[in-house]
Amino acid sequence: MAQERLAAIAGIHEYPLRVAPGVSSMQIKAESMKRALDDAGLDWGDVDGLYDALDGEGGGGLGLAAYLGIKPRLLDTTQVGGSSYEFHASHALRDIAAGRCNVAVTTYGSTAASMRVPIGTGGMGRGGASWQQNMEAPYGGTLISNYAMVAHRHMHEYGTTTEQLAQISVATRKHAMRNPEAVKAMTDLQFVKVDEITVEDVLESRIIADPLHLLECCMISDGGGAAVFVSPEIARDIKKKPVWIIGAGEATKYRENGGDITTSAGAQSAPAAYGQAGVTPDEIDIAMIYDSFSITVAVMLEDLGFCAKGEVGQFIEDGHLAFDQPGLTLNTDGGGLSSNHPGMRGLFLLLESVRQLRGESTSQVDGAKLAVAHGNGGLLGGTHTGGTVILAAD
Amino acid sequence: MANRPQPSFPEPDTQHFWDGCKEGELRYQTDADGNVVFYPRGHSTVTGDRALSWNVSSGLGTVYTYSVVRQNRMPGFQELGAYAVAYVDLDEGFRMMSTIVGVDDPTTDIHIGQRVKVEFEDQAGEDAYPIPVFRPV
Repeated sequence: MAQERLAAIAGIHEYPLRVAPGVSSMQIKAESMKRALDDAGLDWGDVDGLYDALDGEGGGGLGLAAYLGIKPRLLDTTQVGGSSYEFHASHALRDIAAGRCNVAVTTYGSTAASMRVPIGTGGMGRGGASWQQNMEAPYGGTLISNYAMVAHRHMHEYGTTTEQLAQISVATRKHAMRNPEAVKAMTDLQFVKVDEITVEDVLESRIIADPLHLLECCMISDGGGAAVFVSPEIARDIKKKPVWIIGAGEATKYRENGGDITTSAGAQSAPAAYGQAGVTPDEIDIAMIYDSFSITVAVMLEDLGFCAKGEVGQFIEDGHLAFDQPGLTLNTDGGGLSSNHPGMRGLFLLLESVRQLRGESTSQVDGAKLAVAHGNGGLLGGTHTGGTVILAAD
Repeated sequence: MANRPQPSFPEPDTQHFWDGCKEGELRYQTDADGNVVFYPRGHSTVTGDRALSWNVSSGLGTVYTYSVVRQNRMPGFQELGAYAVAYVDLDEGFRMMSTIVGVDDPTTDIHIGQRVKVEFEDQAGEDAYPIPVFRPV
């Protein structure tokens, strides 16, 4: 079917540093917005829509416009964890198509590394009283152990192995070594070995929360970036080729009595996105999937329809996720595992999708036409969101 | 170890559950149609009906999945050795987060599908709520 071209990503910026002492998250957001507008050839005053994930000290729709000094006619503070930016793209498609705005931005800034925020191992539930925290805080679950519980169940039900999951880390690191910003990130964050890794390296790295090893876990960095969403009319006159948002889906999932922890919200959001886009998983060239952990990608590859539930181990064990192998290609920027993870990685999934569909990636897939960006927010083994966005080259 | 983090009150949804822990009871709710409601709430998650009944579980269940935490920087846990976090499926049809105790080595002695039974781990302090944990049976 003919794909509708109702909204596009016109400009992008990924803040280049992963260790940025002395810079605030708000400064990263503002600088990234300016550079993304420059990338598109648009001006600060052109912005009439603002999406924000309530990150930094900005106050979301209530305070960010004041900091930036703009007066948008559309404000959207959707905060659903790391997939917030897929939701923003989804909402931008809806809002631009409805004529509510013509040039909209989403920005991200974080100083998680410089502030030494222990995202994965700091424990959870230190906030005030809530129905859920009261039931879970006594057990000392960490974010990593929550994802690890998904991995254990997946291994139990389907025979998935760490050797198979390790292919995700191996392919992602290969891409990272080709991306100068990722190499600098790993160097600045004092990775023990800034080089390509093997399945054996993953297996020999220490276990953080059974069954997940260190090299199956994302880094914690500073960072940020921005994306500019525009109407088709604006897209005609920008500096670079637009990348079209042709489908989007949103969903949430949570701990349920008798529920299946090996299936994520993506199983609901992905069909909606493919349906709107009028494409099928076998047409997708690039999968940009939130690699908080190896298991996150594994579950999403299934839920995004690249293989049946339970078959991801066999699907990835041949190593084809690398950009120079035939078949689906994964996370060509180096991912959260080896390039950039300041806490909410969803934005970078959109940015690298745009690079691929413009032909600008450091691990470029020749002739890439279609990409899927899938963000996961929250806890894969608990309450989480899935945001799926299908993007098409001009 | 130091006390586990305690539930915080006022919190009306979970108060009766935690009062049950002081009585040695693992309590859960059902709605008028018999649907199990858990974690505790003021409404049925199936029908929205606010008329719920409280029941007492046998405390018997099965490990649905688990992880063994090797690294936690949170006070009260960071000095512990490896410890398990698990989802346990109780026989009455509800799933709760908990931990598995009474094993020599949590990295090798816990299994998905393992049968477990609740016990209530006393915490220091006169008014402290005992914490429901599970032990293999």
